[in-house]
Amino acid sequence: MNKPLRRVAIFCGLLVLALLIRVNWVQFVQGDELKNDPHNRRVAIERYSTPRGNIIVDGKAITGSTTTDSGDFKYKRTYKNGKMWAPVTGYASQAFDANQLEKLNDGILSGTDDRLFFSRTVDMFTGSKQKGGNVVTTLDAKAQKAAFDGLGNQKGAVAAINPETGAILALASTPSYDPSTFAGMSNKDAEAYLALQKKKNPDEPMLNRALRQTYPPGSTFKVVTASAALENGLYDDVDSHTRSPLPYTLPDTSGIELKNEGNIPCKNATLREALRVSCNTVFGKISADLGNKKMMDEAEKFGFNNPGINTPVRASESIFPKDNRPQNAMAGIGQASNRATPLQMAMVASAVANGGKLMKPYMVDSLVAPNLNVVQQHTPQEMSQPLSPENAQKVQSIMETVVKSGTGTAAQLPGVTVGGKTGTAQHGENNKDNPYAWFISYAKTNKGTPVAVAVVIEGSDTLRDDIAGGRLAAPVAKDVMRAVLEGEK
Amino acid sequence: MSSSTTNTTTIGTIGAPSRRNTELAMLIFAVLIPVFAYVNVGLAKDGTVPAGVLGYSLGLGLLAGVAHLVVRKWAPYADPLMLPISTLLNGLGLIFIWRLDQEPSLGKAMAPNQLMWSTLGVAFFLAILIFLKDHRVLQRYTYISMVVALVLLVAPMFFPGVNGAKIWITIPGLGSLQPGEFAKIIIAIFFAGYLMVKRDALALASRRFMGLYLPRGRDLGPILVIWALSLMILVFETDLGTSLLFFGLFVVMLYVATERTSWIVFGLLLSAGGAVAVATFESHVQTRVHNWLNPLELLDGGVTETAQAMYSFGSGGILGSGLGQGYSRLILGIAPKSDYILATVGEEVGLAGLMAILLLYGLLIERGIRTALAARDPFGKLLAIGLSGAFALQVFVVAGGVTGLIPLTGMTMPFLAQGGSSVIANWALVAILLRISDTARRPAPAPAPSTDAEMTQVVRP
Repeated sequence: MNKPLRRVAIFCGLLVLALLIRVNWVQFVQGDELKNDPHNRRVAIERYSTPRGNIIVDGKAITGSTTTDSGDFKYKRTYKNGKMWAPVTGYASQAFDANQLEKLNDGILSGTDDRLFFSRTVDMFTGSKQKGGNVVTTLDAKAQKAAFDGLGNQKGAVAAINPETGAILALASTPSYDPSTFAGMSNKDAEAYLALQKKKNPDEPMLNRALRQTYPPGSTFKVVTASAALENGLYDDVDSHTRSPLPYTLPDTSGIELKNEGNIPCKNATLREALRVSCNTVFGKISADLGNKKMMDEAEKFGFNNPGINTPVRASESIFPKDNRPQNAMAGIGQASNRATPLQMAMVASAVANGGKLMKPYMVDSLVAPNLNVVQQHTPQEMSQPLSPENAQKVQSIMETVVKSGTGTAAQLPGVTVGGKTGTAQHGENNKDNPYAWFISYAKTNKGTPVAVAVVIEGSDTLRDDIAGGRLAAPVAKDVMRAVLEGEK
Repeated sequence: MSSSTTNTTTIGTIGAPSRRNTELAMLIFAVLIPVFAYVNVGLAKDGTVPAGVLGYSLGLGLLAGVAHLVVRKWAPYADPLMLPISTLLNGLGLIFIWRLDQEPSLGKAMAPNQLMWSTLGVAFFLAILIFLKDHRVLQRYTYISMVVALVLLVAPMFFPGVNGAKIWITIPGLGSLQPGEFAKIIIAIFFAGYLMVKRDALALASRRFMGLYLPRGRDLGPILVIWALSLMILVFETDLGTSLLFFGLFVVMLYVATERTSWIVFGLLLSAGGAVAVATFESHVQTRVHNWLNPLELLDGGVTETAQAMYSFGSGGILGSGLGQGYSRLILGIAPKSDYILATVGEEVGLAGLMAILLLYGLLIERGIRTALAARDPFGKLLAIGLSGAFALQVFVVAGGVTGLIPLTGMTMPFLAQGGSSVIANWALVAILLRISDTARRPAPAPAPSTDAEMTQVVRP
């Protein structure tokens, strides 16, 4: 009976071998994947087992940590002026995970990132607890406050960029929420979180409107259309007359007229005059004359149709659509299926202000280890060149006219050259909903161009004409620009 | 031939050395390792050496010491590895259970009870070694064993199920009993006795058909009965583990007894057929298979036990989180201390520790099979392979189920897991194996001087 016995012995050996291979597979090959699975509660336990690193603005932390006695989790996130900073920080909640900067830089903040290996090893030997690193942002606290206060009780968003570097200076969205209210995991936190959800709160306070909401850009898009006209040689001189009829019939339609707001002098207007009073006819015709392809190319150079704009928080894709002729003409004045995020329109203003060069927008300047060593440092990057320097000068010149004597006079700042463009975007079927008031602008001093800004305010039900952007949004932009300029001095 | 004492048997007068001192040395390690583990858990959880450490060390040391002395006296030639390995596994199991007792979310403390059951298990072990002088005595109880085994297997059908499986007998006032654990030993005794008698008929009276030896119908009968019975257990008690163990054990013993590969083929065909048939209409089995194929699936938005176990293993990684520093308590319910105890092992002592424990099981199994190889009587061989095979299948089915290699079945990890029936039955199993190995390794008595030999050597002038 010994032969079958030996075979059974081999069989039993194989069973044990199979188990050994399996545990190697689970614990070694799949180990990291299982260990970091978002449903593995240990990830959260680990994340909240030490005080989290902070998000820094102007050298001061806008976040903090406090101890809790809620079961597995030792530390809880706190936020200073959470409502104002929520669009920047996102949230980190024991019960509801994290998002935006808190989520994207979780490794650094919780101290588990591989780049903190050295620091962790030192901690291990000195016996001190693992600490999180810090995320240093590019934001400007004064500009952010100006933006947040300027929006006030209205629904809207502000994005401000330094055109020369692409550094984001302000990122406000209202109505906002305080991430502190649901940072823990008690029932109260859950209630606070649920109350902020779209189902309970149609105002969507947790929506980051500056990065994640797209709006029809309205007349502010005429800056892009003017750039396209100049870049493609349709017109060379912003002060010579265009060939624009009034009324202007949309191409390929049986007499549908594109209207202007009010009775403004748009027949054969110069580009300067057309932008100053915001002629729909002139820019609609430019878009139609250039055609969908060339318009799309120019818009894409400004950052449209790019789903990967990471600041590092990803901005929603702004769309300049591929469309038929009449729709393309409408898209040229920022209507039809044309959609842009506030960040996108700030990028448009910043590219014009920066001599036609678009810098990649970013809001994390550096990642810093607990021992203050810089782990990662952002260097400004050029994203594209939508305008030649000469054409950029021309567009600047006409944008400055808008603020000097056009629809954007509300954004004037004494002693500073300001260029801007107003916009009021219609939306809803047959234009029944309240329009969006837009304003994009930049400010120049003799030292440079430190700020470009885009403001959008939803539901300005009092005003329906193109002046709305100038009345509602321009003052907010002005305050943000002033805050940045004061900081520059 | 020069000497009159040259023996004509294959067994030398000088048998294997007894190796009792080896056993003692290893037993010391087997006691020390769990004691260190105990201190480790205490330091990790509270920062102090736990108060019970002295009592625990003395208790475990005493049990191991008494067991060793009894083996030295009543089974002096027994295998030296089995007792230390069992002691180590049992000791570590106690530590893991005690460690899980520290988690309030896992219900009441179970380590004290487990210590009591372990003591009872060792007492049982000692009684078997002392009173069972020769394992061949068991051969007399072949048919009684069959009846007892059947009763034990069928009994749970009349008691309410726990966690979806009817594998318990509840005795009011005494607690509950898992008869399957005892049944595996008794069934091995029955099979060994039955097959020893029938092996020739089963092996030789067969027709050759397509390269296989087809047994006669009347010889095929018992295997079909066993197959049907194991299916019945599966259907009525929804106990995959026991039926697999029961059937696998029979096939292995049949194969060893008859040396015919065809039995294995029949066994595999029958078990595959049975498994498919049952899986098509038994929802309990379907759920297990589904969980096995989709271990990380969410159920009602929550993480399943299967997923929690996988997370435990993954989070343990290569070296583990350290004793007392894991979060296997996230696997809620009663299972963390029994079926899922390997998840705690995997998380807290890591891949390295888990492999060490699996190798300990492997070693124990192979020592059992070695005992079967060394045994001189067919009954001893069959019984030893049956017990080792049952043990091996159980380890494979539990560890494979918990780590997601095969669908999960409700069985306990021998020695490691919490459970009174299990620990007592496994100590008894080891005792019988030790008894067989003692008989096998014992030096043969010096052959009586052969009078014939003397006669032929005396050459008269």
